[in-house]
Amino acid sequence: MDKVQMLQVLAASLFALGLTGVIIRRNVLVMLMCMELMLNGVNLSLATFAHTLGSAVGAVLVFLIFVVAAAEIAIAIPVVLLLVRRKRTLDIESYSDLKG
Amino acid sequence: MNEFLAQLDTLLLWTFAGCAFASAAAMLVLRQPMRVAIALVSCMVFLGGVYGLLGLHFIAAFQVLIYVGAVMVFMVYAIMLLDPRDESGGEKFSKLLWPGIIGLSLLAEALAVGYWSDLPAAPRGAAGEPFDIIRFSQAFLSEYWLHFELTSVLLLAAVVAALAVIKENQRHDHG
Repeated sequence: MDKVQMLQVLAASLFALGLTGVIIRRNVLVMLMCMELMLNGVNLSLATFAHTLGSAVGAVLVFLIFVVAAAEIAIAIPVVLLLVRRKRTLDIESYSDLKG
Repeated sequence: MNEFLAQLDTLLLWTFAGCAFASAAAMLVLRQPMRVAIALVSCMVFLGGVYGLLGLHFIAAFQVLIYVGAVMVFMVYAIMLLDPRDESGGEKFSKLLWPGIIGLSLLAEALAVGYWSDLPAAPRGAAGEPFDIIRFSQAFLSEYWLHFELTSVLLLAAVVAALAVIKENQRHDHG
């Protein structure tokens, strides 16, 4: 199997594992970490293409994703902190009143 | 000697990729959030090794600095702050366990088959070129300066929003 193919399959499986984690886990913090895993899968895919095609676009996008991940976590943690203060639990199913 | 080094390179790449996959899979089954965080950190470090082996050394450095050094330290801090308050102690998986697993297998299969069959062959000339930080920085700050500025605005907005959320929280506590 080719190196690039292997890395793309790894990226796809990291993304799929992260998505599954967001769906099947109940702990909010674990779900956030699974989202980070999805971003990592996308990063790996972009970095592999940047390496294969020898272009800077993929690497630039990887950097933008780093920043987006940092911003996402900076917002998500205070929101989770607020939710836990009100509900006293990290269990996602007790936040079901957020559905509206 | 060069042959041996190339083989070592491939071996290391496969090892890092396998370890990254194993730690990502471990994230789904571990119960304690702190163990999940450590699995994610190791996955990110292995991915950093993969980037390094691909010759993208600056991405490897930033992967370790930003993801492991900033994002995950923040996450571990949040776990230490919040986990003792968790009084549920309930089940590990939600009601969507089986739909999630079926969805995972379908998605992984579709993506893997797609990559397997349709991936275009790499242009041979480009792959061997060194991809260094000088070329990257020039492209980043000349062609993509607008994106760079937009990300700084995004970070600023994130900081302001985080402060606003905390402020709202304090007002709720006092009121």
